[in-house]
Formats: sequence, C-alpha cells, structure tokens
Amino acid sequence: MIVFLALTFSGIALGAIYFLAASGLSLIYGLMDILNFAHGLFMTLGAYAAWDVASHLPASWGTPLLFTIAVFASVVGGALSAGLTEVFIIRPLYGRPISQILVTIGLDLAVVGLLLGGFGSNSLSVPVPLWLIEASHLGGLNLPNSDFVALIAGVVVLVSLEWFLRKTRYGITIRAGVENRDMVSALGINVGRAFTLVFVIGGAMAGLAGLLYAVVFSGDLISPTQGDSLLIFAFIVVVIGGLGSIRGSAVAALAVGLVQDYTNFYLGSHPGMAEIGNLSVVLLLALVLEWRPRGLFGSTL
Amino acid sequence: MRSVSRRALAVAFGVVVLFALIPLVGLHLPWVLPSTVNVVNSTGTLEVLALCFIFAGVALGYDVIFGFTGLLSLGPVMYFATGVYVFDITLTHWGWPLVPALAATFVVSLVLAVVLGAIALRVSGIAFTMVTLAFAQAFYYLIEDNPHGLTGGDTGLALYSTRLPGFLSGAVSNTRNLYWIALGFLVVSYAVVWLVTESATGHVFVAIRENERRLEVLGIHPFRYKLAAYTLSSLVATGGGVAYILLIGTAVPSAVASTTVTLSILIMVVLGGAGTRWGAVTGAVLYVYLQQYLLKVAAEPSFASLPSFLRVPLSQPQFLLGAIFVLFVIFVPGGIAGVVTRRRLRFASRRFDAASAPTGTLSMEDQ
Amino acid sequence: MTNALDVSDLHVTIAGSHVLQGVSISVPVGGVTALLGRNGVGKTTTLRALLGLIPSTGAITVMGTDVHGWMTHRIVRLGVGYVPEDRDVFAGLTVEENLRLAEQTAEPRYDDVYSIFPELRDRSRQRAGTLSGGQQQMVSIARALLNGWPLLLVDEPSKGLAPRLVSELADALERVAQLATVLLVEQNLAVVKRLAQRIVVLDHGEVVHTGDASELDDPDLAKRFLGVTGVK
Repeated sequence: MIVFLALTFSGIALGAIYFLAASGLSLIYGLMDILNFAHGLFMTLGAYAAWDVASHLPASWGTPLLFTIAVFASVVGGALSAGLTEVFIIRPLYGRPISQILVTIGLDLAVVGLLLGGFGSNSLSVPVPLWLIEASHLGGLNLPNSDFVALIAGVVVLVSLEWFLRKTRYGITIRAGVENRDMVSALGINVGRAFTLVFVIGGAMAGLAGLLYAVVFSGDLISPTQGDSLLIFAFIVVVIGGLGSIRGSAVAALAVGLVQDYTNFYLGSHPGMAEIGNLSVVLLLALVLEWRPRGLFGSTL
Repeated sequence: MRSVSRRALAVAFGVVVLFALIPLVGLHLPWVLPSTVNVVNSTGTLEVLALCFIFAGVALGYDVIFGFTGLLSLGPVMYFATGVYVFDITLTHWGWPLVPALAATFVVSLVLAVVLGAIALRVSGIAFTMVTLAFAQAFYYLIEDNPHGLTGGDTGLALYSTRLPGFLSGAVSNTRNLYWIALGFLVVSYAVVWLVTESATGHVFVAIRENERRLEVLGIHPFRYKLAAYTLSSLVATGGGVAYILLIGTAVPSAVASTTVTLSILIMVVLGGAGTRWGAVTGAVLYVYLQQYLLKVAAEPSFASLPSFLRVPLSQPQFLLGAIFVLFVIFVPGGIAGVVTRRRLRFASRRFDAASAPTGTLSMEDQ
Repeated sequence: MTNALDVSDLHVTIAGSHVLQGVSISVPVGGVTALLGRNGVGKTTTLRALLGLIPSTGAITVMGTDVHGWMTHRIVRLGVGYVPEDRDVFAGLTVEENLRLAEQTAEPRYDDVYSIFPELRDRSRQRAGTLSGGQQQMVSIARALLNGWPLLLVDEPSKGLAPRLVSELADALERVAQLATVLLVEQNLAVVKRLAQRIVVLDHGEVVHTGDASELDDPDLAKRFLGVTGVK
C-alpha cells in the first residue's frame, strides 16, 4: 500500500510536468491548427537558459537563490524562443498549415543540431539546492521534495492559466479563437497578436517543464535531445485530452503520468518489458481514440 | 499527361545503366565524393551511393501517402524497421533461407500496414498524424525492449547467416553487389510507384488530397484508397529496410527505428517536392549525399582551425540540413520540383504565349 | 455623398470553382439594402469577401476608403459590423463574454443593445451555447451593434427560426436599421419587403438585377430570379 501511494505521488508529479509541456501545445493547436514540433525545443532551450544563467553567476550566492533565478531563466528562455519562432518562422506561413508544421520540424532539428555542436551530447548539470534532492517523511512515506516542486508548479500554472483564460480580455480572445478564428477577426480583433501570445505562454510553460523534468527525473542533468523525447508524451497527452482543451490536458497528463508510473513499476522489472511504461501510454492513446476520436474533452476550452 | 514519351524512357534507361556501371569505373574525383577515398568505385563511395538509392526508394514510397494522397503520416519508419528487423531476425536467429525470410518480412509488413493503417485511418487530419507517430514510437520501444533477446535492444543486431548466398554477405568485396541491389530496389520502387500513381487508383489518391468530400459525393469510399496508399508506401519502406540491413549489416534502433528517420524521410520528400516522383528521389539523394558530405568536410584537418562560431554550426549536418529545410519551406514552396515546374511553365507560356494561367499542383495546401 | 459601400468587379475562386464572377454593388448611406438570390449563388461569399475573410480580386470601398486586401480586423474597425450566417456565437463563452469581446470603442453602446434586446441583460452569465437559436441571433446582432458601427452586414438572420420569432426579429432589425446602414442577405421575402428599400439580386455569381424593393411585388421578378412563386 505504501509503495502504491508513493507511486501515485510520483505519477502525479510526472503528470504535472506533462501538463506543463502539453497545455501550451494544446492551446497552440486549438488556436492555430499547428502541430508544434518545436515545442520540445522550447523545453530544451528553457533548460539550457536555466543552466547558462545559473552557471555564470557567482556560486557564493548560494544554490537556493541560483535555483530561483534558474527557474525564472527557464520561463523567460522558453517564452522568448517561442515568441521569436512565431514572429519570424510561423508568421510568414499563415494560411499554409502543413508548411507551418514542417517548418517547426526543421527548426527543431536545426537548433538541436546547434546545441549538439555547441555543448556536445553529454549532459550538463544544473545547480540545485540540497533540499531539492532530499525527501520528506509524510505519514510513513518518503516523498522526494522535487516531486512537490513539480506538483506545486503544475497546480499554480493550471490555476493561473484558467484565471487568465476566463478573466482577461486576451484570455477570452484565445478561447473564442479556438472556437472560431475568423469570427474573432470579424469582431475587429487582431488575431495575429493572440497567435504570438499563445506561443509565448506555451513557450514559458514548456521552458519550465524542461527544467523541472531535468530536476525531477534525470538527476539535474540536461541534454540537447531531452525535449524531443518529452515532446512525444506531450503530444499523446494533448490528443487524449482533446486538442485545444486545457482541462483535457490536465486530466490526460495525470492519467498518462500515473499509467506510466504504475506499469513501469509493476511490470517493468520483468525481462524484456523495460519499456512497458511507454508502451502502455501508447496503448492508452489507442484505446481513448477508439472510444472517443476527439479525445476526452472534445474541442472546447 | 499519361503517355510517356519514348525519349523519357530512353533517358531513364540511360541513367540507370550509367549508375549500374559506376562500380566498374575507377575514376578519381577529389572533392566531389562524400567518402574519404576520392575514387568513384571505392567501397565508401559505393556505400554512400547505395544509401542514397535506398532512401530515394523509401522517400518515393512515402511520397505516395504524403505527397500524392495528402496524408501526413509519421509512421514510415515502422515499416522500414520491419524490413530491417524481421529480415535480420529470421536470418540471424532462426537461420531461415533467403527466400522464406524475404517472404516473411513482406507478409509481416503487409499485415502490420493493413491492421494499423485501418486503425489510424479511423481518425483524420492531425489526429491521424499523431496516431501514426504514436504507433511508430511504440514500435521503437518494443525494439528497444529486446523481447526474448530477438532485437538486441540498444546494442543492435548484426546480420549473420550461413544460409545467405555468398555474394550477399557483408564482406567488403561484396559492396558492389549490394550497390546493385540498392539500385535495383530503387528502380523497382520507381516502376511500381509510377504504375500506381498513373493508374485510375492513383488519380483517386490525388482526388483525396484535393477534396475528399467531393469523392464521397461521387460515391467513392476514400477509406479503401487511403489504406491502399498507406499499405503501398509501407511495403516500399520495408523493401528499403531489407536493402539497408544487407548493405549496412547491423540494425541499431536509433538509426533505423527512431522518429528521426521518419522526419528525415519527410524532409527528403519536401525538399525535392511532394507529389512528384522524381522530386522525392532527387530530395532523398541530395539529403543523404549532403549529410555524408558535410561529415567529410567537418573531418578535414583544416576545419579545426576555423573560428568556433563557424566551426560549431558547420560541423553539424543536422543543423545545416534543418536550416536548409526551414529556408526551403518558407521560400521555395513545392521544393526543387516546384522550382523546375515553375521555370518550365514560364518558359512554355513565353514560347506559346499561352493565355491560361498555370495552375499546377505545386503545393498541396493552396486549395 | 459617399456610399456606405461600393463593390465593383468582385471575383472569388474557391477550390477551383469561380464562385463570384464580377459582382458590383453600391450601398448608399441609410436604410436597408437586401442582397437576394437562390441558395448557393454567392451571397454569403460576397459578404465574406467584403470582410477579407476569403481572398478576392476587385475593388472594395467602405465609406470612401479602399479596403481591398486589408486584414479583416482593420476593415471591421473602419466601422463594419458582421452578423454571420448561422450566428457563430462563441458557444463556450457567456453572453457577457461574447459582448465584451466585441467591444472596440471606449464607450460601447450597451444602452442601445439592451433597449432592443432586454433579454440579453438577464442572460449575461449564461453560456451562449445553451441559448436558443433566437437568443443566439440576438447575441450575434448585439455584437455587431455594440460599437455604433455605421455599416452592418447581416447574413440570413431568420434562418432556422420559428415563424413567431421571425417577426420579432424583423421588429428588432427595423430598430437596428435606424442606427446603421444595413446590407441584408435574406431568403424570407416577407422580412425583406418589410425592411428593405433597395434590392440587389445575385445569380450564378453575378448581379442580375438592381432596383427598388417595391419591385418584389411583381410576382414575375420573384419567380425569375428567386425561384419562388406567390409571395403575399
């Protein structure tokens, strides 16, 4: 039972990171019909921005402060790279949806290639405070502190995103645009600005996801290709949740995180089943699509 | 333009014969060939050219589903990997003779394509793309898992079989034979794709790309045709996989089963021009050639003396190819074939002063 | 005096078919001009092309300004309200949010809106997707009315409404027409006769008749161009 609870907790933490990665992807698809293959790149660039800033500041500032700055850097790095991508790469291709998908694929390859050339394929280490590596004792359970951080980040982002989408004019514009882009511009609103905005927001969340994934699941190490492997799961979460739906992404992210964690632990130790966690996630996708081809939450926000 | 001029056939035949003769020519060509030895029929050069042919065939097959039928599948690598691994496993582990192994490989691929294709085609648009990507990814995990020690997992599986005819074994002296096999694979793929895309079925593929709903109104079920296109392109990819494992001799998941391979194939087709046969072939040959050539350039001793802001990006074929691809998508819609078609149209309209505006199918989204 | 709208030689091609083949329409300031024609002759396409929602060739002048090739939101901000066919309210947004989204001026005219559609005030918290067809039509018209734009493009407002609602809608549109110039696409000839002063008839992507609304009393014209007989 204790094992099961601990597994559930780490599955939720994994789900929180998937949510950060997937919700921006879902918004971008919902508003612009773009399957953004560069989203994994935004995650990677967020993590590298965090590493770059943290490793160039004086170590005497102490890891807690450095890590806080690194978190900000990941958000800014992700947002900036996504915003520039939208303005310079995506915008010239409005009205050519397939080209927009293709161009994000090319961008991802090119920049990951550049990172491989610049930093090598070896992983780099992000400085983190000691308590982040430790675990907390909670009712007989040993829960990693980093999982708490992921969980809190996921909840904070979910709540603020919901608030933004419901209460602000920009948020309402995005929700309306997901339903009917043409009608939004027929009300006199510049939809192009909303496009840039969803990229910036999505990129910010992706950058944070990139850093947290490194901290929580790969021992504070970042590598040029980490975003690409995370991207596949983000895609699966988006499709299961329903393209364009934030709540759908949240529910699907939890489901995927838990399924992956449970199957990995209970079945993954058998010979020849090391990848069962990943496989079961794909199976989950196939099942959901057979049952509901539009995903769990259809196409409304 | 159904009829093929005798001249075009003669040119095609000539080109094939020319390439078929290359292993017999010991010409020295510095700075043209991507291998380190600058002789046309050196093992390295033949291997690179054979790789060009193999991916040209696979890209051609992929063009049937993506370029002609307009379905963005991200699963071709699954069928390429099927060709590589089923053929490898039946020969290496089970010691089957060549012909049964070959037959088993294509049967497995056919069954996989029909079953998984039928499931994936239940959804359309982006969801189809995602499902094909997820299936391919699952297949990759399966191979990584090394079930019953069959695939070798991350370490890979070398092709080793005493039942394999001597002229096909991976020995260096056989590179010439394997080169011819790769060329043969390309020629057969081209012929099959040509026959299908020029047939009535092929015209339905294009009609699906242009306007699927109109077909339904006409009482044609697009599903069957989409599945046919999917299956054909899968079988061609499997053939490519077989030729690949014969040539390279080792199957490693990251090289033959990962999504990167799918994306490379997609890039080849888009660079050359989706929806055209020779465009896909040109794109693939160019892509593989550039990839190998850039590696050669980066290995030059003088390369290390470049300032790092030049050396770092130039040492990464992935960066250069990705950047070229981005520029192509933005500035050269329709790829290389698109440029040529536009040139030709402009030339033709000048010559005949044709009044009708050229409305070719250069880009599949300008509907 | 400058017309509210001038369209000349408008051509639109969709998926290879030439839908509009040189449409020319002039809408003078004030009153209602009705755009008539059978289903599929290009009325909705004309409105969408005017707003830049689909690419077209030709000249489009809104209140003296050449807007051809402009982005949709810029044309709208010049003072064009749009009530699309099928209403196109944002189903997931509340009535209030639908209206808030439409605000483009510093002082949106909620007074005008609520005096014509008092019901919307009571339903401001309701999701637009849960409204009836008639109520959704109110939201759609209200969005176009909110900014006091001088020109409104209204596409088949009576489509799918019960007969009782149609006459209520006509009442509302009559009041709307006192606030702005209206270009109205409508199939219900009773509504057209009640509201419109001028008519423009489209057929096969071309304007085949322009004239006074009173001509609709001539059953021959109605039969020839609109395929309807016995209009009362």
